[in-house]
Amino acid sequence: MSDSVTHFDKAIDEAEKYLAAQKRRQTVSLAIRYTILTVVGLIMLYPLIWLVGASFKSNTEIFAGAGFMPVNPTTDGYVEGWQTSTPYTFGRFFWNTFLIIAPKTICTVISCTVVAYGFARFDFPGKKILFATVIGTLLLPNVVTRIPQYLLFRDLGWLDSYLPLWVPSAFAGDAFFVFMLLQFLRSIPRDMEEAARVDGATSFQALIYVVVPMLVPAMISVALFQFMWTMNDFLGPLIYVSSVDKFPVSLALKLSIDTAESFEWNRILAMSVLTLLPSLLVFFLSQKYFVEGISAGGVKG
Amino acid sequence: MAQLSIRNLEKVYGGSLKALHGINLDVKDGEFMVLVGPSGCAKSTTLRMIAGLETVSGGHITIGDKIVNNLAPGERGIAMVFQNYALYPHMKVRKNLSFGLKLAGEKKEEISRRVQEVAEVLEIEPLLDRLPKQLSGGQAQRVALGRALIKKPEVFLFDEPLSNLDAKLRASMRVRITDLHRRLKEQGQSSTVVYVTHDQVEAMTMGDRICVMKDGRIMQVDDPETLYAKPANAFVAGFIGMPEMNLVDATLTRGESGPVVTFGDQSIRFGAKLAGRLEAGVGGEVTFGVRPQHFRLAAAGEDALTAKVIKADFLGHEVDVHIMIGGQRFTVVLPVEDYRKAAVDGTIRIRPEEDRVFIFDRESGQNVSLA
Repeated sequence: MSDSVTHFDKAIDEAEKYLAAQKRRQTVSLAIRYTILTVVGLIMLYPLIWLVGASFKSNTEIFAGAGFMPVNPTTDGYVEGWQTSTPYTFGRFFWNTFLIIAPKTICTVISCTVVAYGFARFDFPGKKILFATVIGTLLLPNVVTRIPQYLLFRDLGWLDSYLPLWVPSAFAGDAFFVFMLLQFLRSIPRDMEEAARVDGATSFQALIYVVVPMLVPAMISVALFQFMWTMNDFLGPLIYVSSVDKFPVSLALKLSIDTAESFEWNRILAMSVLTLLPSLLVFFLSQKYFVEGISAGGVKG
Repeated sequence: MAQLSIRNLEKVYGGSLKALHGINLDVKDGEFMVLVGPSGCAKSTTLRMIAGLETVSGGHITIGDKIVNNLAPGERGIAMVFQNYALYPHMKVRKNLSFGLKLAGEKKEEISRRVQEVAEVLEIEPLLDRLPKQLSGGQAQRVALGRALIKKPEVFLFDEPLSNLDAKLRASMRVRITDLHRRLKEQGQSSTVVYVTHDQVEAMTMGDRICVMKDGRIMQVDDPETLYAKPANAFVAGFIGMPEMNLVDATLTRGESGPVVTFGDQSIRFGAKLAGRLEAGVGGEVTFGVRPQHFRLAAAGEDALTAKVIKADFLGHEVDVHIMIGGQRFTVVLPVEDYRKAAVDGTIRIRPEEDRVFIFDRESGQNVSLA
C-alpha cells in the first residue's frame, strides 16, 4: 500500500517538474518573440518617431545626425511654420481641408449606401451591365480620366472651387466604397427588410430604419477611408484649386517648400506632424468600428 | 371577413423555370390552413406570394374581397412570422413590436396600449426592454409572433416558424399558437392563418385543413383525418403518417370471391369490401398501399402473407418490424407481446386490414380504391 503511495508521489513530482520546465520554456520563447517583434516594430516606426523628434529640432540640427532626440528642443518650427510664408496661417489651411473633407465624406457615405442598396437588393433591367461598369471604374487608373474630367469641370466653370472634389463623391463616384458596402450588405439576411415591408415600410423606409442601422460599421469604415484619403489627397486640389486662400493642408505643405529659397525643414516637419494628427485621432476614436467594418465586408483595407 | 382565395396562381422564374403550376386554394375566414410538402414543393413561394414578397407570374390572390396582386406587403392586411424570427437587431423588443404601428401612424397611447396587451398575452412583458440578441430562440419566436399579432391583420402567415426550435419547445409553441388562434376566433377577431411547414406532425396537429403540395402542385386539401384515412394519391398516402405507408408494386386480379393482390411469389385474397371500393376496370399492375399500423397477425388457417423478418426495432410498447414479402420490403408496427408470440424461425404470418388497404394507379398515383 505505502509502496504505491510513494510511487504516486514520485509520479506527481515528476509531472510537476515537467510542467515547470514546460512553463519555463514557454516564458523564454515568449520573451524572444516579443523582443523580435518590438525591434522590427521600432525599425518600421522609426521614420515616424524621427519626424516627431525632428520637428522639435532647429534647422541646422536636423541634418547633424540620425538620432531622433533633439539636443536643444525648440518649438520654433511649430510657431513659424504655423505663420507660413503666405498672408494666411496654417489654421486657414486646416479649415479649408475640413471644408473639403466634411461634405465629401458625408456625400460619399450617403450616395454609396444608396447605390450599394440598389445593387444588392433590387432587380432592374441592365443591372449586370451597370454593375460591371461600376467595377470597371474600380480597375481604371485615375490618371486616365484626369484630363477629360478637368475639361468637363472647366466648361462647367467649377475651377478654383471645391465642387470638382465634392460632386463626384455625391454620385457614388468611388466604386471601391460601393463595392465594400455591397459585400457587407450581401452578408446581411434579407428577412429583416422583408419583415419591415410586411410591417408596412416602403423600400426607402426599410433602408433607413432597418438596413442602415445594421450597416453602420461598414459606413463608418467608408467614412474613415474617405477621410484619410481626402486628407492625403494632393493631386485633386493641386489640379482644381489655384487660389492660395483655398488651399488645403496638403498643398500648403508643398507651398512652404516652393517659396523659401533654403527650405525651413523644421517648419515643414512640424506642420507635417500636425497634418498627421487629425487622421490618427479619427482612426483611434473609431478603430473598433473600422476593423469590424473591414473584416465583415471581406475587403482588405 | 378575411377569407383568402387563390386562383390559377403561377410562379415562373427567369422566364422558363415554372415553380408553381396554377394552383387554386380557398382558405375560409378563421380557418387554420397548413401548407405542407417536401422541400422544393413551392409552399414557401406560395406563402411569400400571398405576403407580396414575391411577384405573381399568373393568376390572382384575393384577401377579403380585394385582389392584392399588385399591393405592397404593408397594404395587404397580412402579418408574417419568419423562420429565423427576423427581428430588427438594433431595436429593443418594445420597438420591434411597435414598428409597424408607428409606420402606420398610430397614436402613441394606442401603440403602448397594444404593446402591453400583446406582451401580456405572449408573456413577454419582462423582455420588452431587451435587444433581440439577448433573447433565447423561444423568446425571440414569441416576440416575432407578437409583432404579427399587434397589427391585428386579416391573415396571419407563418413560414416554418418552429423549425429553429428544439423538439420540446416546438411542442409547447405548437400548443401556444393553436391556443392563440382559438382565442382570436372566440374574440371574433380576424384569425385566418396560412401556416407553412415541412413537418407533418405540425401539420396534423395544428391545421383545420391541410394542403399537401408537391413540385408546385396541390396534391390534396382536406382535414387531417380525411387526409390520413382517404389519401387522394400515393404521394399524400406516403407523406402523411409515421412510419411511412408501405407503397409497393403489386398485381391486382379479380378472383371469384374478391380481388387478389400478388407480390412476387405471394398473394393475398380480399373480399367484397375492397371489391366494392375499387373503381371499375381497375386491375393489373398497381401500387398497393397499407400503413404499418394496419397489419394484424393472421389466425391459424387464415389466408395470410408469410413475411421474413429482417430487423425489429423495439420502441417500448410496440415494435417496428421490417419484413420482406415476395421480394418487397414492408414495415409493420405490432404490439410487443404479439410480435414475441408470433415470430417463429424469423418469420411471421400477417394480414393487412381490408378496410385500410389502398390501391393506387401505378402510372398516375391516383387512389382508385375510394369509391
